[in-house]
Amino acid sequence: MYSPIVMDHFNNPRNIGVIEDADGFGEVGNPVCGDMMSFYIKVQDNVITDIKYQTFGCVAAIAVSSIVSEMAKGKTLEEAKKISKKAAAEALGGLPQNKMHCSNLGAEALALAIADYERKHQN
Amino acid sequence: MKTIYMDHAGATPVRPEVLSAMLPYFTEQFGNPSAVYDLGSAVKDAIEEQRAKVAALVGAEAKNIIFTSSGAEANNLAIKGVCLALQHKGRHVIVSGIEHHSVLNAARYLEKFHDFEATFLPVDRYGQVDPERLAKALTPATVLVSIQHASNEIGTVQRLTELTAVCRQAGVLFHTDAIATAGVIPIDVKALGVDLLTINGPALAGPKGIGALYFRRGIRLVPQIHGGIQEDGRRGGTENVPGIIGMGRAAELARHELPERAAYLQKLRDRLITGVLTEVPEVVFTGHPEQRLPGHASFCFEGIEGEALLFMLSRQGIYANTGSACASKALKTSPVLCAIGIRPDLAQGSLVFTFSTTNTEAEVSAVLRELPPAVAKLRSFSPVWRKRAAGGAA
Ligand code: FES
Repeated sequence: MYSPIVMDHFNNPRNIGVIEDADGFGEVGNPVCGDMMSFYIKVQDNVITDIKYQTFGCVAAIAVSSIVSEMAKGKTLEEAKKISKKAAAEALGGLPQNKMHCSNLGAEALALAIADYERKHQN
Repeated sequence: MKTIYMDHAGATPVRPEVLSAMLPYFTEQFGNPSAVYDLGSAVKDAIEEQRAKVAALVGAEAKNIIFTSSGAEANNLAIKGVCLALQHKGRHVIVSGIEHHSVLNAARYLEKFHDFEATFLPVDRYGQVDPERLAKALTPATVLVSIQHASNEIGTVQRLTELTAVCRQAGVLFHTDAIATAGVIPIDVKALGVDLLTINGPALAGPKGIGALYFRRGIRLVPQIHGGIQEDGRRGGTENVPGIIGMGRAAELARHELPERAAYLQKLRDRLITGVLTEVPEVVFTGHPEQRLPGHASFCFEGIEGEALLFMLSRQGIYANTGSACASKALKTSPVLCAIGIRPDLAQGSLVFTFSTTNTEAEVSAVLRELPPAVAKLRSFSPVWRKRAAGGAA
């Protein structure tokens, strides 16, 4: 049911883990099935230099968090904000219809982590 | 890599003996059982032989067995067939809250389209219905109670004789869905005190697409498939002859092998349960510890999700099942796990093993080797587990 790219990211999630002294932290729960995703970012000169995450959820949710972390790493905050759930799903070679909602989690949690960073570094 | 298949409640392969019994009925023995010439009557005779074998599995007589297309159809026929036949007496039906969808939705159908009232009885933390609660739920309008014999999801076997006694005293008919138990634990319809009982062909290692309903003599059923006078007019449609032959052979084998089989499965089950509970921290065992199906072990692991766990295990060739919301088509937590009071986030970590005699001790050892690291790995990914480990609320 899952694409080979999804299975690859599930089997070897990139960048998984936590950053204890993160510059930004974002966490979302999945209202559909009750799962959860947390993103941690380190930011230098407006660029995401390090990114980590943890995911409590299905195969799709774990793969989404992994691909989003890959897509965001090394990007400026402005670029990273543009990563959409659609782009994440496409980069994974598509997701089954009833798993599309899992792709919301990745983009949302990353956006919250960026917002958290921006709030803390407003001036 | 060797496959370790432990989802036999989901599907189980047709036994070779069963398949070879079926094969001639696709080709040489193709006659319509309703036909009057030899080619038909020989097939008719073969069907009646199978009816006797299925009846023997549950201590019934052949004339009280109706073949259906599935366990779900048998459940529908029992519930809708009895309730519609008795609606002049009353319009109340009672089912437990942890029944199969075919029971729950048949009761809802009666509510919606036939002015029935349906009561969905709660269960205790093991998944059992309390006989006193059942007694209190009965009203003068109650015409049927349907409570499963055992749950394929949590393995719990109901204290059926206590429940049927309550109904007999009140003069209310009792149906049980015995899909999980027929051929697995001994069944005698008279000793159990049931009036109707559902059996499924695939659950006996027979083919898919065949089931049967036992009904006590004298019980009226409104047909749910209108047609000719097949099955004594209780179910129209030309018989699924190969399916019936397969189910009969499977029932015969199951009846002979039952005691040995149950003892064997129980040994595997107990080893797996003890092993998981000692090897993996923060795991909840679901269902009744003793009154339970011999080949069934079910758990909920804190901090992880079941679909991901199934995929992790399938990488090692291990196949099991889960009641996780993420793995369900409707993305809803299993109603059975909710009914026994499992927290929704804990229910996400559900894992269910169901064995057959093709499983071995060595396979159980392999599961006990592969499962703990799989759980640990997913927990290392999980923010919920991290919070739990830090002592915060999950
Ligand atoms: S996280 Fe629940 S379905 Fe994907």
